[in-house]
Amino acid sequence: MKNTIISLKDITVSYDGEQILGGFNLEIHDGEFVTLLGPSGCGKTTVLRTIAGFIKPDAGDVFFYDRKITALPPHKREVNTIFQKYALFPHLNVYNNIAFGMRLKGRGEKEIKETVHRMLAMVNLTGYAYRGIGQLSGGQQQRVAIARALANEPKVLLLDEPLGALDLKLRKDMQSELKKIQQQTGITFIFVTHDQEEALSMSDTVVVMDGGVIQQIGTPTDIYNEPRNAFVADFIGESNILDGIMREDYCVRFAGHTFRCLDGGFGKDTPVDVVIRPEDIKVVEPDSTSIAGDVTAVTFKGVHYEIIVDVSGFKWMIQSTECRRVGDRIGLALTPNDIHVMPKSEYSGMYGDYSTFSDEMDEDRNASMETGAADDSLTAGVSEEASAGKGGGADEI
Amino acid sequence: MKSDSRLLSAPYTVWMTVFIVLPMLLVGYFAFTDKSGAFTMENILSVGQYSNVFLRSIWLGAVATAVSLGLGYPLAYIISKVNARRQNVMVMLVMLPMWMNFLLRTYAWMTLLEDNGLINSMLAALGLPRVHMINTAGAVVLGMVYNYIPYMILPLYSVLTKIGKNVIEAAQDLGANNREVFFKVVVPLSMPGVISGVTMVFVPAVSTFIISKMLGGGGNLLIGDLIDMQFLGSAYNPNLGSAVSLVLMVIILICMGIMNQFDDGGTAEGGGMLI
Repeated sequence: MKNTIISLKDITVSYDGEQILGGFNLEIHDGEFVTLLGPSGCGKTTVLRTIAGFIKPDAGDVFFYDRKITALPPHKREVNTIFQKYALFPHLNVYNNIAFGMRLKGRGEKEIKETVHRMLAMVNLTGYAYRGIGQLSGGQQQRVAIARALANEPKVLLLDEPLGALDLKLRKDMQSELKKIQQQTGITFIFVTHDQEEALSMSDTVVVMDGGVIQQIGTPTDIYNEPRNAFVADFIGESNILDGIMREDYCVRFAGHTFRCLDGGFGKDTPVDVVIRPEDIKVVEPDSTSIAGDVTAVTFKGVHYEIIVDVSGFKWMIQSTECRRVGDRIGLALTPNDIHVMPKSEYSGMYGDYSTFSDEMDEDRNASMETGAADDSLTAGVSEEASAGKGGGADEI
Repeated sequence: MKSDSRLLSAPYTVWMTVFIVLPMLLVGYFAFTDKSGAFTMENILSVGQYSNVFLRSIWLGAVATAVSLGLGYPLAYIISKVNARRQNVMVMLVMLPMWMNFLLRTYAWMTLLEDNGLINSMLAALGLPRVHMINTAGAVVLGMVYNYIPYMILPLYSVLTKIGKNVIEAAQDLGANNREVFFKVVVPLSMPGVISGVTMVFVPAVSTFIISKMLGGGGNLLIGDLIDMQFLGSAYNPNLGSAVSLVLMVIILICMGIMNQFDDGGTAEGGGMLI
């Protein structure tokens, strides 16, 4: 087990009487790349700002190793932040921006010069030292912000959606660059994002949050393959979430049929949520399988086709490399490995099938979800999940 | 399209020609001619004998500007920190005196500062010795500060509110305490406001004549009074008055040029030059 570098104990934060975090617990280990992932308003940025010292929690404590730093102001903490909009100093050039923190610490100019050039080389901006901030592109400003934070040699680097303002291609480049920098320096990174793909591709550990509550903590593969509830399953990737009943261990009934699966321990005849990832479903002849339906929509996505199939009223999404036409009748084949069973949660039933599916609709649904979830969290969400967290010991990374 | 925009700008062009360019040329003409209209350098050369008036004006203007900056900066900073509703009220209070007639405000100070004025009467009533205040350089500076300080506060306030909270947080994050945040981030970023405030106080303060006339008595003659005397006063001499005006204009242009040198640290977001 690695050392715990940051721990949050029973943190409660409210703004204007609205509770953002209630009894929030989190431990972060030395040298890890941790991502806080969730929709906007889920409290992930609040967690980050609490660690940075910009927010003083109403209750609870922040620990740095074993030292309580709850009351310590931001400028005395050994953490540095990369802000969403970079927050570079417009009156200083690149060199002086990066040197800012070191000058405050009273480092010698020779050492500062050496460090600034080392940092610029690390973020691929050699030769930009004397440019003004206004002359840089968004990606370059982001790199300067990274160099400025790292020049301070923080023990923990906090990143608040740092790639949000960049275009897609640049974002991908910066993702791998950040990951590389993290591995080179061995600094603990705490990264906040609402982009699940970013979270999966960069992190050692992903913390999925909603309504100020941790929904699941785990490695990217765990989170994707073994979501703990319907929220996680829906938020991370695409998923068909069906109502089911656990007949007995390794045997689940849904969509009018009984299937063998790899999950157990739910007890006899327990209602559950069943998750089936679209890419796990095999398209077969309609008569050779128990689930069959009519294709209602097909979208070409490059790598695969996204096929919506109506199986007696429930619309499944399938990702397949084989093209099918709208109106075709096809069969859906599942192996026990493709079926993931989750206990019922407050999110059950909130994610229907793909009957209203379109990217735009999806966003609308997420947006209305967020506002709804924020209200829920204050009443049911917080208390329920706080107790669930204690029981499962799930807040440990 | 092009002829359209030319047509639209025609009234302004005419206006500016008639009321700005022509008068300027006239001032130049008067400055370089004598009463009969012949070319002469005499007016310009004789401005030199009033160098003490120039020096006094610049000195008092500079003192008033410095005092306004010293008083105005903290106030502008405080206003920019309070919540939006109180900001509006406080800005309103800063501007409120400006809605009252300039002459009236200055008269009010006369009655306050006079040897038998309100302040001295109160001192006497309390058994304290009277203080001679009216007709001193200090009274002139007070009048300048009182009348022009809003022009210092408003540009400062507008620049200070534009400094992003995230930049302040970034500085704290990098290890700056409150004092360091102020001097290393807030002050440099507010320089455009300082420069525009200083210009807007210094220029009218240097060329004022009412304030010095009413609060300064005869002993604190300023350039403004000098010019006033050449046109409306006993020493009627428009040619000399024009020459003095011209020299004053050149001096102010030089001062502003020097001020702007401080600004070409060239922040891209120098949006606060004028409110």
